[in-house]
Amino acid sequence: MLHLSGGSPRTRGHLVSAADLTRDDAVLILDTAEEMARVADRPIKKLPTLRGRTVVNLFFEDSTRTRISFEAAAQRLSADVINFSAKGSSVSKGESLKDTALTLEAMGADAVVIRHHDSGAPHRLATSGWINGSVVNAGDGTHEHPTQALLDAFTLRRRLVGPDAGLGQDLSGRRVTIVGDVLHSRVARSNVHLLHTLGAEVTLVAPPTLVPIGVEHWPCEVSYDLDAVLPKSDAVMMLRVQRERMNAAFFPTEREYARRYGLDGERMARMPEDAVVMHPGPMNRGMEITAEVADSARCTAVEQVANGVSIRMAVLYLLLGGSESAVTNYRTEESK
Amino acid sequence: MKTLIRGAQILGGEPQDVLIDGETVAAVGTGLDAAGAQVIEADGKILLPGLVDLHTHLREPGREDSETVLTGTRAAAAGGYTAVHAMANTFPVADTAGVVEQVWRLGKESGYCDVQPVGAVTVGLEGKKLAELGAMHDSAAGVRVFSDDGKCVDDAVIMRRALEYVKAFDGVVAQHAQEPRLTEGAQMNEGVVSAELGLGGWPAVAEESIIARDVLLAAHVGSRLHVCHLSTAGSVEIVRWAKSKGWHVTAEVTPHHLLLTDELVRSYNPVYKVNPPLRTEADVMALRAALADGTIDCVATDHAPHPHEDKDCEWGAAAMGMVGLETALSVVQHTMVDTGLLDWAGVADRMSFAPARIGRLAGHGRPVAPGEPANLTLVDSAYRGPVDPAGFASRSRNTPYEGRELPGRVTHTFLRGRATVVDGKLT
Repeated sequence: MLHLSGGSPRTRGHLVSAADLTRDDAVLILDTAEEMARVADRPIKKLPTLRGRTVVNLFFEDSTRTRISFEAAAQRLSADVINFSAKGSSVSKGESLKDTALTLEAMGADAVVIRHHDSGAPHRLATSGWINGSVVNAGDGTHEHPTQALLDAFTLRRRLVGPDAGLGQDLSGRRVTIVGDVLHSRVARSNVHLLHTLGAEVTLVAPPTLVPIGVEHWPCEVSYDLDAVLPKSDAVMMLRVQRERMNAAFFPTEREYARRYGLDGERMARMPEDAVVMHPGPMNRGMEITAEVADSARCTAVEQVANGVSIRMAVLYLLLGGSESAVTNYRTEESK
Repeated sequence: MKTLIRGAQILGGEPQDVLIDGETVAAVGTGLDAAGAQVIEADGKILLPGLVDLHTHLREPGREDSETVLTGTRAAAAGGYTAVHAMANTFPVADTAGVVEQVWRLGKESGYCDVQPVGAVTVGLEGKKLAELGAMHDSAAGVRVFSDDGKCVDDAVIMRRALEYVKAFDGVVAQHAQEPRLTEGAQMNEGVVSAELGLGGWPAVAEESIIARDVLLAAHVGSRLHVCHLSTAGSVEIVRWAKSKGWHVTAEVTPHHLLLTDELVRSYNPVYKVNPPLRTEADVMALRAALADGTIDCVATDHAPHPHEDKDCEWGAAAMGMVGLETALSVVQHTMVDTGLLDWAGVADRMSFAPARIGRLAGHGRPVAPGEPANLTLVDSAYRGPVDPAGFASRSRNTPYEGRELPGRVTHTFLRGRATVVDGKLT
């Protein structure tokens, strides 16, 4: 079992918040994901580790990308996968989270991967006593998205340190800049926690309207000036910015946002040579990122998707699989 | 029917006997004759005037699944209250003489506690059109406190007119101060904790800006303004300033805002979801100091019962509010008396005299003296014990204090001489 030693005892055995992970927890997940990534390079991409275990993808919010990533991860570990989409189900007819959870519990879910529009819903599911299985937060409201932060850290370590050289390593001293709608971003929250835990220096860049009140207590710097920060960044993470935000006066127009906070080729050229551009997707081309940047070799957006499967395999494995090394397990099965 | 309360410390003073004859206090003194009277030994106990709540949600009509006038007044009596003001946000809204008279009549029938209905300021609490304030005042319910509580009268012109209009019958407008645009999607106090939890922020300025506007309006038209459930240090400063000008502004604070902070929201347990939200430690300390120095006039429970399913869910889907009638006095003892900020005479003022005065409620909030109505509450202040919601008289259990050890227990409550609580049990 993955014991989240740094987190609240109440959420142990679950992955609810990146803040619950210690440095050693996080490095273990990244190292395990590295082992999982090697499996993806084999002709048969499947491990027997979670055979007979059931993973439920409980999605109250549409997110095909995240759901299929978790689905692929669970299937590669030979788990049975049940997809429970709130749309078109009893949930849309007013069934409560509690009754849905009790139903899944009765069906014998070993892990529940939950995506929910309300911040805290996974925490509630993990601590309410409604289910016994492990809860994995796949994004809750504007709170957290811990597996996204893990796959981002994994991508960074691979790019900045190397797949093999990175094993056992954290991100000490690496400078990561996160740009965009921090206020509404669960990706930013999880990344600030995790990158800080892994020793990276994080700077948030956004218009002041999109930075939360209280951010001064976060373990990071805040800047309103993208151009000042770019030359000092080993990685720049562009967050998706919804165009509708301008209707609530967070910024005047889409064009002004793109001019001040968007990443184009000219700005990218001011970044250090080896620096990478990240994006959790889906991208708003022309808004926070231009096509030139999105399609450049520096942009890791597609790698991030591939790495997401490895990270989610690692998380499910560590939560459900046991304490043995995934690879040892794999080789044992292979030699049979 | 006579009752002799022997050796009680009236408002925390020296032990005295109090003789109740019929509906009134007949005598106060030492060594009173017990002949023909039922005797209650009250050694070491505190005797207070019956508590008065300016802010209670009794939910009837409309949400009888969470509370009724009967269950709510039983909860009130158990908490030491002899009068409560029933808020207007019922279904239908208490915005006509008919509805306020219904609530008033249900209160009469309950017999546990006087129920003084509060009338809505605007039709349907919609903030657009004044309700028939005069008709509600002239009705049998005799409404003098008007509030759209739950919603803010945010239109400055409507607020001004309401303040002016109720002067004709010495009414008061009790404002739920919440600027609606600044609190769209608000789920908790905006600050360090909301930033981390990713819950929509309810900024202090949304309360303070409305209070600032309202005290100026009240001054301009020379009316009485009452501010509901003050929750921030900044609100305290504004009310203090308004009072220093001599304007007729009064304010209340809830027990939970005197004790709990937004740090509790980290559990995402909706039992801590309330409006206005739990604030910070600095706010709590400012509210206590303001209640002690009289800037805040009174404690009001904002007793807000909700059915279990409305709290047994994710934070965003949960209802706002906490029950409070049965724990209010304990929380006030814990936060104000045991800390040395207020003595029992101060408690009597903040929980009985002042709210009765603000509500212009006859027969309540009176001194414990011969000839006065026998509305009395006897408190065992030495008691300590955990809060057990299973023992509540309220129909709802949404208390934030479950399992928390709190001091003080109401052992007896008298409503016009009749015991509604005896030895901690409802009659």
